Amino acid sequence: MAAPLSVEVEFGGGAELLFDGVKKHQVTLPGQEEPWDIRNLLVWIKKNLLKERPELFIQGDSVRPGILVLINDADWELLGELDYQLQDQDSILFISTLHGG
Amino acid sequence: MVWQVLEGLSRESAKRLRFVPGIVCIDEGAACGLSPEARAKALAEMKLILQTVGFPWHVVALEEVFDLPPSVLRCFAQEPVGTEGAYKAAVDSFLQQQHVLGAEGAGDSPSLAQGEEQLSWPCTQDPQNPQSPDRPPTAAQTEALSRLFDSVKTLTAKEELLQALRTHLILHVARTHGYSKVMTGDSCTRLAIKLMTSLALGRGAFLAWDTGFSDERHGDVVVVRPMREHTLKEVAFYNHLFAVPSVFTPALDTKAPEKASIHRLMEAFMLRLQDQFPSTVSTVYRTSEKLVKAPRDGCAAGPPGPRCLLCMCALDIDTAAPLYLQTVPRLLGLRLPCICPRRSPPPHRPLHPAVLQGWGGCRAAVGGPGPARALLSQGGPPSPRHRAAVLRLPCEHEGLALPGPPAALHLGRGPAPQPEGLHRAADPGVPG
Repeated sequence: MAAPLSVEVEFGGGAELLFDGVKKHQVTLPGQEEPWDIRNLLVWIKKNLLKERPELFIQGDSVRPGILVLINDADWELLGELDYQLQDQDSILFISTLHGG
Repeated sequence: MVWQVLEGLSRESAKRLRFVPGIVCIDEGAACGLSPEARAKALAEMKLILQTVGFPWHVVALEEVFDLPPSVLRCFAQEPVGTEGAYKAAVDSFLQQQHVLGAEGAGDSPSLAQGEEQLSWPCTQDPQNPQSPDRPPTAAQTEALSRLFDSVKTLTAKEELLQALRTHLILHVARTHGYSKVMTGDSCTRLAIKLMTSLALGRGAFLAWDTGFSDERHGDVVVVRPMREHTLKEVAFYNHLFAVPSVFTPALDTKAPEKASIHRLMEAFMLRLQDQFPSTVSTVYRTSEKLVKAPRDGCAAGPPGPRCLLCMCALDIDTAAPLYLQTVPRLLGLRLPCICPRRSPPPHRPLHPAVLQGWGGCRAAVGGPGPARALLSQGGPPSPRHRAAVLRLPCEHEGLALPGPPAALHLGRGPAPQPEGLHRAADPGVPG
């Protein structure tokens, strides 16, 4: 049983366009059975934060190629990508390097 | 890139850069359909950052392309006027200026994510008054620009047109203010995507100019791409870690679906391939480095051939090629309705009325006025070259159906290194 987590989700490089132009979101993830990881976070973002055009942000299980993910200012590839387990007060930053949003 | 130049120019760096930069920023809001308020807001944010950077800066609206003189479309061989002997003076004055700036304190110099930068060797330099006069474009010009972009049917064509107009505008600003070089912030990833897109659009012959480090096709002003070795990921990390402020403005293809244009499709393709084969972008980049800007066989000694009106590249055509002469009239027949504005122009307009109407005497650049039909029916040597100017414009998908044959034509005729380079570039699925 995972306790509720408080994380900061930030968007840059144009990705904020899909989230009503808001760059920083302080979110509290509710407690659930499995521990929170990036995969679950993405599903949660898609359901709760993403305002339009989900296909421009999420592709299948993961983010669209071209969107960088930084977890606490480190590349998520170093931390296990989708399987990284979220800790309290983590900071997740999504930077879009794509031309079209 | 601006941030990196700032670092390079600072007194603490080991090898200081020795040039005086200015920054030019183009407001493309009209082409993207932004409201005037949104444009003004983005412009205000941009100016805030530009002012803190400290270099002379110029903000031009894309509408000013209608006021460009025809000289923009000509290639000058010599350096801009007044640069002989000015180098030492410029370096001296620059060092003095840095002294002054250094005394005021470095502070928190922000940078610009979207602007482009210029190297300058001007005779007179005025760092104390960096602001260029603020002349907002008139509503008529904005309307004309919107009509121009609306008359182009596909997003691919719009993007290419935007790039051509943007280049001309930057060239004009560079020439007016005496800059001899233009630095653009194209990264490795962007250039790899551009290379593949150019191949798809039939610009295989000009890859070396479009994606190489330096681009001298305009003669006096050289376009350089100093960031071409950095991937977008590196740039994004750098910007984030060094808190480089940036302004984001929606572009022509923001929120466009994946298959909306060739550029978008190629971007999605490259990035997806990069995900699975991390060496894709670097392979394409290394291939582009091998491209040689060799002239066509038999052309090296002769006078320079005619140039494309929009991209200023020497035309890569063979007047004896039968395939070319067969397909171009079909292209022209299909192209004219799309290029002409909705209210049909009088018959004696030149071939690209929507594009050229604002450019006063540039009909002379095309090689003499004449009705479009006369150009079509002319059988002499000049006309295939004019038609080639149309061929270079990748507007309609009918034109895009052609990339197979012209690219193959270039492969057959080009100098030896090119075919291999092009073949390798066309096969990105081979990792490393």
